[in-house]
Amino acid sequence: MVENRPFLTFLTHAFLLLGFAVVALPVYVAVIASTHDLQTLLTGSVPLLPGSHFIENYSQILTGASAANGLPNYSHMAMNSLIMALAIMAGKIAISILSAFAIVYFRFPFRVLAFWIIFVTLMLPVEVRILPTYKIVADLGMLNSWAGLTIPLIASATATFLFRQFFMTVPDEILEAARVDGAGPMKFFRDILLPLSRTNIGALCVILFIYGWVQYLWPLLVTTDTGYYTLMMGMKRMVTAQDGTIPWNFVMAGAVLAMLPPILVVVFMQRLFIRGLTETEK
Amino acid sequence: MDTKRTTFNNRLLPYLLLAPQLIITLVFFIWPAAQAFKSSVEREDPFGFSTVFVGLDHYRRLLTDPNYLDALWRTGIFAVAVTVLSMGLGLAFAAAVDRVTRSSRIYTTFLVWPYAVAPVIAGVLWWFLFNSSTGILPFYLSKFGIRWDHDLNGTHAMILIIIAAAWKQISYNFLFFLAGLQSVPHALMEAAAIDGSGPVKRFFTIALPLLSPTTFFLFIINVNYAMFDTFPIIDATTTGGPAQSTTTLVYKVYQDGFVGLNLGSSSAQSVLLMLIVMVLTFVQFRYVERRVQY
Repeated sequence: MVENRPFLTFLTHAFLLLGFAVVALPVYVAVIASTHDLQTLLTGSVPLLPGSHFIENYSQILTGASAANGLPNYSHMAMNSLIMALAIMAGKIAISILSAFAIVYFRFPFRVLAFWIIFVTLMLPVEVRILPTYKIVADLGMLNSWAGLTIPLIASATATFLFRQFFMTVPDEILEAARVDGAGPMKFFRDILLPLSRTNIGALCVILFIYGWVQYLWPLLVTTDTGYYTLMMGMKRMVTAQDGTIPWNFVMAGAVLAMLPPILVVVFMQRLFIRGLTETEK
Repeated sequence: MDTKRTTFNNRLLPYLLLAPQLIITLVFFIWPAAQAFKSSVEREDPFGFSTVFVGLDHYRRLLTDPNYLDALWRTGIFAVAVTVLSMGLGLAFAAAVDRVTRSSRIYTTFLVWPYAVAPVIAGVLWWFLFNSSTGILPFYLSKFGIRWDHDLNGTHAMILIIIAAAWKQISYNFLFFLAGLQSVPHALMEAAAIDGSGPVKRFFTIALPLLSPTTFFLFIINVNYAMFDTFPIIDATTTGGPAQSTTTLVYKVYQDGFVGLNLGSSSAQSVLLMLIVMVLTFVQFRYVERRVQY
């Protein structure tokens, strides 16, 4: 810092700790609520210290508390979320790195048009074209299938831009050297470009895993078969129980478990996460 | 648009490489958008046997429908409130973390994880906190004479979704503001300090003006987020109620299209939303080109 002001530094720390407390409050309360039984939660206000039903709640949610709402097992939904997140992540990266490679390293008719078609996807988020997209997926017979859940979500302009940007910074000499040595385009791609893109791919993996994991609207539209339900839809179904009270203790245990994977990814891969976030959004 | 100085000269290969992305984009993006446009100027008879071209009828009806105009206005308020709240807090945290260089890593970790919480879950958590029978916050609010009830009170419901949506977005704004602050030249700060301006003055007269590109960029991103990515928060908590008081434009497209099955109106709404995104994207990219100067 520019100058030493102990009191201001103290205030800064206090402000940050207070801010962290406020930001963490909902999650803290969720964790606390997941360790009490339902009776305690319903008798007025939620206690602020952990209770004694931690093991009971979590083992119940993992072994079938969700079945009461007509949902599949929690672990089944967690598996669905994982498959969906990984498929979207891998799919997005694969198709965008290939198309960025084509756009940067080849000169061909309609190249600029192709670039613009990809660009347009930025302007058409699922949310704004819900009904027609649903109709197309239905016409193609892709409702209630992994293909319908993942393929419409894997086109990504941002990932393509990121790879394009990065490829433009790769020195031309590398390509020239590779060509002199007789490498074809695919060999160049596999043996040189792909290894060079490792960090970018890693950063994108973190961002896209989260993107896939938290998807809600799309699965809500294309799956009616509860066998394809993801955790996000399960959570929503559990809090909208038509009859009787909401099993808050199980809901909160379920919410804590569903939050955990992406939060762990962010915390442990913070550097890649920040890189991915700040690079993809420009 | 430029390529490399040297390129490969295969004829077919580039098309093959582009094919997966282009096919998906055409089938699941361009085609539905065209369909939305087409059904926004048509009316289907109740049995779906025939469609009539009705021109701008749906649009005219929408733009004179008080429900739609309400939703438009509400979405505007919601977007601005979420943006101001989350950007304000993000900037405050970033400024604080930027001051405490030595422990900035740990504080960053403290503050970034809400980004990874799914919107549905963010909604459920805040809903639980504000729940009028079990929640903590209504209990404390009642001591100030406020009877919190987001199931009946539209304003309360709106405040709830604003808080939940802003909470999730703080980390994002924080990271960008922090990156912006860290790139403010140190020499400027030192020079100002030597001239006798204190930390607060330096922040407002040096750091903040230099951050204006970041601020503008974040403003667009946040408005975009509040308008389009908050569907799960609303659906998990208020489902647009009570009495439409939290129905944003996106939620209305969903309700009119899927619940109300009003194809023409829902499509017209989709087209209007696309126009909004286009304007936002255009503004964002114009700005990105100019960002280089700073």
